[in-house]
Amino acid sequence: MASPSPKPIIDLAGVTKTFGSFQALKGIDATINEGEFFSLLGPSGCGKTTLLRMIAGFETPTGGTIVIAGQDMAGVPANRRPTNMVFQSYAIFPHLSVAENVGYGLKTRRLPKAEIAREVELALQMVDLGGLGSRAAHELSGGQRQRVALARALVMKPKVVLLDEPLSALDKKLRDQMQVELRQLQQRLGITFILVTHDQEEALTMSDRIAVMFDGRIAQLATPEELYRRPIDKRVASFIGVMNFLDARAKGGMNGHLALDIPALGNIELPSAQVPEGLDLRKLETIGIRPEMLTILFDGSEQTEQVATGTVTGTAYYGDMTYYSVRLPGHGEDVTISMRNTAGRSIVPPGSEVPVGWGADSIVLFQ
Amino acid sequence: MKSALKAFPSKWLAVYAVAYMVFLYAPVILLPVFAFNDATVISFPLTGFTAKWFEVLWQTEALHGAVRNSLIVGLSSAVLSTVLGACAARAAARYRFPLKRGIMSFIMLPLVLPEIIVAVALLVLLMQLGMPLSLVTVVLGHVLICTPFSIAILSSAFTGLDQSLEEASFDLGETRWGTFRRVILPLVMPGVVSSLLITFTISLDEFIIAFFLTGTEVTLPVYIWSQLRFPGKLPSVMALGTILLALSVLLLILAEWFRRRAARKQGIEASATGGFA
Repeated sequence: MASPSPKPIIDLAGVTKTFGSFQALKGIDATINEGEFFSLLGPSGCGKTTLLRMIAGFETPTGGTIVIAGQDMAGVPANRRPTNMVFQSYAIFPHLSVAENVGYGLKTRRLPKAEIAREVELALQMVDLGGLGSRAAHELSGGQRQRVALARALVMKPKVVLLDEPLSALDKKLRDQMQVELRQLQQRLGITFILVTHDQEEALTMSDRIAVMFDGRIAQLATPEELYRRPIDKRVASFIGVMNFLDARAKGGMNGHLALDIPALGNIELPSAQVPEGLDLRKLETIGIRPEMLTILFDGSEQTEQVATGTVTGTAYYGDMTYYSVRLPGHGEDVTISMRNTAGRSIVPPGSEVPVGWGADSIVLFQ
Repeated sequence: MKSALKAFPSKWLAVYAVAYMVFLYAPVILLPVFAFNDATVISFPLTGFTAKWFEVLWQTEALHGAVRNSLIVGLSSAVLSTVLGACAARAAARYRFPLKRGIMSFIMLPLVLPEIIVAVALLVLLMQLGMPLSLVTVVLGHVLICTPFSIAILSSAFTGLDQSLEEASFDLGETRWGTFRRVILPLVMPGVVSSLLITFTISLDEFIIAFFLTGTEVTLPVYIWSQLRFPGKLPSVMALGTILLALSVLLLILAEWFRRRAARKQGIEASATGGFA
């Protein structure tokens, strides 16, 4: 949990970056708080890495200001910023041992040898590499290199740790494990982490807040839950998880409810509290609903508000879950419905007609 | 049928390979053979084993001067061309600038220019400038032909350098100069040593430019050439050639060893980058 009164550590105001005629960043405004795990999430080319490199000091903003810990970073080079980076390639110095790598930055501070050795060993223990200081860099596995890169940043006791796709080079199992470890480490140390990733699952599981970026802009900045449940537009909705989009039309509001006509599912009344502020109801064309918010009703056992009828066209079995493709009347594309494979529940074969249950509160409105 | 088809080309390939090696190295083998032969006339059959030609070398004062001159020229040329080569290789690997391709191929041009043309051109230029011929002018000429080799060797060292290593060093609080000293230099060092060895070898046995640009102080190849006029000196020249041959081979092996070590250090497969030549 974030502290009750968040203190800002990084302030980005109107930050832009232009490479030649290409506008990589078109005005970024964001505040990142102390002790927060903050993610920059977006497809490749959205500007997230450029933004991170500008915070680190490797790129100069074309416009706007970057303030770190109350100090304007304009003209402050990377080697004098209170940030340290974990590079995507890890950038482990190949000619140095693990301990020399981790102690590299401390040596520039001209600390006594014994103190450096002590700090290095502490940092290595922090990332579960205790006692491996004398190893040569090329003897390390991918996961160990990642840990060394992390220890090398943490030993500097930076105000902010910047992580540039640090897990992308690891295999799936190791990546899942490192996600948990990174998150635990960050919470234990209370240092601000800024993570750049294109992996929405990674961002959702690790972050306190996520800035979803497209084309050099932040499309939405929110907590993982908010992003998933209330994506601001169709692009964010389809980038975060799976979303079914259905045609819809607003028929008008009455006593705190909004009447909606969704051809594929039927008519529905939505509490107005669920309508996002500033949404122009006349322009409403689409609603979104997550696969797990739709239910195939087995023997009518599930309690749902509404029921439509669909035809199963395909199944994908994932062990714990089954994903169904279901054709609904009046809708051109199949919708995806995910069902937990609980005891006694068999998989419905394609071609079967099934009742599909859903609830009004799981609907997201889009322009 | 299948095995016959397979064996046929490989047998002829083997013959070809052997013939090729003989053609390449038979003349070179003659050097040590006659250097140890106990006769003034260079011809078969061999008459007996002797080391006296090496003793003759030891007693020739003029030769010692030539060796000293060649060492001075070789060392200076190696250091100068490696420094210039390092600057060029670094610029080519790290920065984007207008006309980069054109400039780089222009620098590499002396590699393919006929040496005699370069030598004549340099001589004319030096005359025009009124610069007296000396070891300095020979060094200048050798730097010109050695620098492309330095660039070729050092380019792979600098290109293989991951840019994020420099950024990581800078990010950890190190200065630009500190980064160069603690990260870049150690990583390209094997390439630098390899470049020094090869350019030294090139300078050591370079004849044409040295012949044109040298004044009264001759280098070793020029000295050897001057001795060829006297048939009686021929066996001792053979002995000198043998020493130079052994030295060159040793230096080239050392250079290649350093180059491979550099490639290994950066995690690049040595065979993938190929030899320098």
